[in-house]
Amino acid sequence: MADTPQSPAAAGRRFDEATQTETVGHEWDGIEELNTPLPRWWLWTFYACIVFAIGYTIAYPAWPGIHSATKGVLGWNSREELKTETDVAAAARAKAVAGLADLPIEQLPQHPELMRAAVAGGAAAFKVNCVQCHGAGAAGSKGYPNLNDDDWLWGGDLKTIETTLIHGIRQPGDDETRQSMMPNFGTDGLLDAGQISDVASYVLSLSGKEKPSGATQRGAKVFAENCAVCHGPQAKGTREMGAPNLSDAIWLDGGTKADLVAQITHPHHGVMPAWGTRLDPVTIKMLAAYVHSLGGGEEFKAADAAPAPEAEASAASVE
Amino acid sequence: MVTVLARAGLWLAVLFLAVIGVALAADGGFAIQMGIVAVAALLAVWFTISGADYAAIARGVLKMPDQGKYDDDPIRWGMIATVFWGVVGFGAGVFIASQLAWPWLNIEPYLNFSRLRPLHTSAVIFAFGGNALIATSFYVVQRTCRARLAFPGLARFVFWGYQLFIVLAASGYVLGISQGKEYAEPEWYVDWWLTIVWVCYLAVFVGTIIKRSEPHIYVANWFYLSFIITVAMLHVVNNLDWPVSFVGSKSYPVFAGVQGALVQWWYGHNAVGFFLTAGFLGMMYYFVPKQAERPVYSYRLSIIHFWSLIFLYIWAGPHHLHYTALPDWAQTLGMVFSVMLWMPSWGGMINGLMTLNGAWDKIRTDPIVRMMVMALAFYGMSTFEGPMMSIKTVNSLSHYTNWTIGHVHSGALGWNGMITFGAIYYLVPRLWGRERLYSVRMVNWHFWCATIGIVFYAASMWVAGITQGLMWREYGADGYLVNSFADAVAAIHPMYVLRTFGGALYLLGGAFMVVNVWKTIAGSLREEAPLHNAAYDPAADKPIVAAASAH
Repeated sequence: MADTPQSPAAAGRRFDEATQTETVGHEWDGIEELNTPLPRWWLWTFYACIVFAIGYTIAYPAWPGIHSATKGVLGWNSREELKTETDVAAAARAKAVAGLADLPIEQLPQHPELMRAAVAGGAAAFKVNCVQCHGAGAAGSKGYPNLNDDDWLWGGDLKTIETTLIHGIRQPGDDETRQSMMPNFGTDGLLDAGQISDVASYVLSLSGKEKPSGATQRGAKVFAENCAVCHGPQAKGTREMGAPNLSDAIWLDGGTKADLVAQITHPHHGVMPAWGTRLDPVTIKMLAAYVHSLGGGEEFKAADAAPAPEAEASAASVE
Repeated sequence: MVTVLARAGLWLAVLFLAVIGVALAADGGFAIQMGIVAVAALLAVWFTISGADYAAIARGVLKMPDQGKYDDDPIRWGMIATVFWGVVGFGAGVFIASQLAWPWLNIEPYLNFSRLRPLHTSAVIFAFGGNALIATSFYVVQRTCRARLAFPGLARFVFWGYQLFIVLAASGYVLGISQGKEYAEPEWYVDWWLTIVWVCYLAVFVGTIIKRSEPHIYVANWFYLSFIITVAMLHVVNNLDWPVSFVGSKSYPVFAGVQGALVQWWYGHNAVGFFLTAGFLGMMYYFVPKQAERPVYSYRLSIIHFWSLIFLYIWAGPHHLHYTALPDWAQTLGMVFSVMLWMPSWGGMINGLMTLNGAWDKIRTDPIVRMMVMALAFYGMSTFEGPMMSIKTVNSLSHYTNWTIGHVHSGALGWNGMITFGAIYYLVPRLWGRERLYSVRMVNWHFWCATIGIVFYAASMWVAGITQGLMWREYGADGYLVNSFADAVAAIHPMYVLRTFGGALYLLGGAFMVVNVWKTIAGSLREEAPLHNAAYDPAADKPIVAAASAH
């Protein structure tokens, strides 16, 4: 660089005035290029990246051969890593799973530690299997029951919830599935439109959503003749048949007059998979415990809770 | 006369094929698409026949173009198409962002998220970006080779053929026609059409380089050429499909399973590498030195970073398939090639930014330079973020989350968008022979809307992505996952709303561009104060009178 910018012409070289850098000498549509050397920090960082890359390919599986690739000196592979991580999680679950496996669900409330683990596991299983219909908060939606309240179609103690989970609702192929069919009162011509309107008014009056009137009085008569056999004379529902309580303000398929008329005319019948064929018994127990814990869980009737002290003993020995 | 007849005959053949396609169509979507082709072919026949200069043909003289001027008609059309498709693409983006924030906006079946999402990506990448690349490459290659476009008829076919590709792709998505490969959604017949158009594009570009009057090929043309060649290769290999019926829209890919996934991401990653990086670097290498009126910073850096960029980019695709069925060794190589890609990518940023050496004041005084500098800054940021996200440990958190969406958009909105806007503002007054833009201040408004919009977009997607990644992987002490997928969706809803706001700001900036370009073409000039004036104080503008003489 003996040349000064003042005497470039001597060597046929051009220097950019602002930066005092030599140009390459070409020009395209007025654009010139400076002959600035590569920035050192750029070059060394580039080299460092290449060195890192080579080192990494030595440490980890990288170079493919004909039949297999190099394994890497660290012996790492992604399947092992996954297995390690899932094993850690499985180990964390192991004690609770073992305890729950032999414990009849009726005994669960007497083991608070297992109950807590079951609710936690049930919450996780619920998020994978149940939220699609019952919602992330288990609040349900039209046609899908809210599991947070104490209004149970088939019963709300632990054992009953477990049975419902195992066998599902209206599942063909499962003999013990929860089964009931409300008749198509309208589409099968069992009631005429006026009667359906009256009985809907009557049902709404039970929860105070409609004032007593001529229609509700006529509806009460229709109800007694057609509906009371399943829903009960006081419309409090019958759990053996999954017939909902109609006297509260909780509605599965909507609580407007139009919703009720539609349901009586051509009822919607919800279904739930028989989870016994899809999930293991421990997970089902956990789900039952979780659903039971949501707020509406019921105590066992004395007859259910009494038996099997030996079962309790065996569960305790597992713990 | 022979040429006119041959061209009209070719279009007539296309018309007949399209009509047969409509008549025998195996599905309704294919019939509609062939109907669009038939209308396009009919228009082409009409313009071929009515546009010919029969008097000149009869006199035996061909109408020769003015050899003293560059062939700029397709470039002018390309500018208008770029602005039009840009605003369509930004608008579609804001709409689908709103659909994610407020799902009731999904209008079934034609305007649901899954059909409009490829419409958005194809509109911004292929319609906006593609038209910008074709138009600027035709402009740049002529100027830097000091030669008219080779095959002017073919150049016009490239422009209109490419628009037909866009219309077929977009209408197909809305009709539910898609091969379900990201950024390669168009079905087999659209792929074949694009292949024809692309080969013609290559012929025009290479033809022009061959007939150049300059001894050397300018760096911008290396980048453009690598983009055209590599995209042709990627497009053909990734679209090796077999149609179910030659009169139906459905096809199945040749590669299946993890091989199909690897080919798809080899394509997908290099669509980013060669379409959105190499092509736009070509744009940068011409328009930044022109607008800054400065020489390119380093010729040596341009050589080293060009060859290292194109050599390394092509191997980095497997980083899209970390922790999948892809063998570990391929994942490792995808990662390390991405890490090595960091400096070659930054070479372009350094060469662009340092070109402003000696003209840094223009960032303050020239909003077009400011736009280009912001583009280079976002280019640098996203080409650092990319290698970082390809590192497996980072990827295990970021993959499948909105972080990826934020990363893509800081590149697309920041780099591709801003550098294209800069090129548009440089070109429009020159192409239409106007004294200047309608309004330089409006460029400034566009700049700020776009910049603030990107900040909202990228920041909200970073937060959303890291939130998702952490929630998905969270295990409780009991050994169970803590959150459901829907929990994570609910958690990021505010971020979706902010993202929509950022996108809407970017669209608003695009609206300023439409007005500015429209008015510039129309020839009007906005009366406005210049953006920069050196300070002038009339009170101080007088000599100091000596104190002694005052007494």
